[in-house]
Amino acid sequence: MFRSQFFGLIVLAVILVVLPFVLPNNFYLDLAIRMLINACIVLGLNLLIGFAGQISLGHAGFVGIGAYASAVLTTHYSWSPLGAMLAGALAAGVLAALVARPIFKLKGHYLAMATLGLGIIISIIVRNEAALTGGPDGMPVAALALFSFEISGEKQWYWVVSGILLFSLWASLNLIDSPFGRALRALHGSEVAAQVVGVDVAKYKLAIFVLSAVFASLMGSVTAHYVGFVTPNVADFFHSIELVTMVVIGGMASIYGSVIGAVLLTALPQALAGFEGWETVVFGSILMFCMIFMPKGLVPTLAAKFGRR
Amino acid sequence: MALLEVSNLSKIFGGVRAVQNVSFAVEAGIVYSVIGPNGAGKTTLFNLITGIYTPSEGQIRLDGRDIAGVAPHELARFGMARTFQNLQVCMNMTALENVMVGAHLRLDRNLFKGALRLPGIARRDALLRAEAAELMRLVGLEAFIDAHADAMPYGALKRLEIARALAAKPRVLFLDEPAAGLNPTETSEVDSLIRKVADSGVTVVLVEHDMKMVMNISDQILVLDYGKKLAEGTAAEVRRNPDVIAAYLGTHQ
Repeated sequence: MFRSQFFGLIVLAVILVVLPFVLPNNFYLDLAIRMLINACIVLGLNLLIGFAGQISLGHAGFVGIGAYASAVLTTHYSWSPLGAMLAGALAAGVLAALVARPIFKLKGHYLAMATLGLGIIISIIVRNEAALTGGPDGMPVAALALFSFEISGEKQWYWVVSGILLFSLWASLNLIDSPFGRALRALHGSEVAAQVVGVDVAKYKLAIFVLSAVFASLMGSVTAHYVGFVTPNVADFFHSIELVTMVVIGGMASIYGSVIGAVLLTALPQALAGFEGWETVVFGSILMFCMIFMPKGLVPTLAAKFGRR
Repeated sequence: MALLEVSNLSKIFGGVRAVQNVSFAVEAGIVYSVIGPNGAGKTTLFNLITGIYTPSEGQIRLDGRDIAGVAPHELARFGMARTFQNLQVCMNMTALENVMVGAHLRLDRNLFKGALRLPGIARRDALLRAEAAELMRLVGLEAFIDAHADAMPYGALKRLEIARALAAKPRVLFLDEPAAGLNPTETSEVDSLIRKVADSGVTVVLVEHDMKMVMNISDQILVLDYGKKLAEGTAAEVRRNPDVIAAYLGTHQ
């Protein structure tokens, strides 16, 4: 089963290598970069939602922490981009660890509400601390310079982000098939069964929450440097919902589903631009039909249809 | 000293005394059965001993160590494993993975080593896969080694839980109605499986309704009724006990 999954990794790598030579112009390359960044964040979120079975409706909050850590620390305090990125990741990780214990005592709707609240608080702080963050107008971010090498231009960014995605996919595939990953999936399947074989359920929920928060924050920093500008939208509720929708449409507990979900939902608004004014309606309808006819998400449904699990 | 010693154990749910002042001891290496009519408190007793519930009163000692109120995942460290009356199988995993999860505490669970698939982890996992397949053969599930858990019938899932519990290499195994819902053939298979497990040196504590099975394989039997201990002894002793007969069949006036 996992052999064929690594085969998928090779196919994806080939597509990623060929793509820049096929795409007609930088507009499409930019779109591809956004897809890949979203795919990374969604992958981290899918580990939490799909594999560990713990919902987070505030994940954009962590993306926002990374994005604004990079923006604020490099602009106002002249930190190095790498230092700012790591500081953001650390802050996201510490915050996630602090709230994890009380939050993960909750289940289902209550957990959804708590994580929703967390995301909204972060988003409000970003919006209101205008002196630091520029408030609703946002703020510019310097280019990403690692030591003396500066990443600039769509081409370079494309290769960097492709590399990050491929590595994350490989690590995630390994993780879910490791003792840690099996414990995580087991606590999703039956919490009490996981407990009696010795899984410290609270510790595992905390670990995966922190991991996916740190990863979201890192990708937030990457986004900020790539776009060169951050606005509070990056941390807001709608972005959180967008991320969860990508997880669900692609397929919960499906590594490649995360990529497909992110790619489709990033591309869809562009593809529907021709509907002029009706695009939101069409977008919503497509999501609805997906959920009615493929409630398990695209990748698991298609995989089952073609006889592979 | 007995492996497991329970003294004056009680559990109160609101106004209901589900378990009242129950005391008993289980020697290492035996098959110890708990029987009683429906609602007698058998499963509650199991849940108290295995840490799912916290006792209202009383002590539970495993190897002389007080384990009352200790969390289930801690108890697993002391060599305790169990199955559930209402199935607790992870339907989001394959059958083999369910068994592999049983070995959780015997593995290197490091997140980063797992994500990078360090050679040690990969090697250990390959061994574990073989070991889990072996356990599935032991419980008679060789036909399901490549199956996904949600594609397995009820009787097979019951035995899958036993395989998962055995994967932990427990010293004491609690089986909550392992034969419930099984047909006579399957029941006799589970019967001989329990005997095999006990012969390998694992102490088995059993809750079961199938009297033929209980009388067959138990070294000691504890009878509960309305949360209280009614009788304790060998199969022959319990069968002759007038209180037990009264509880099961009613008294003849």
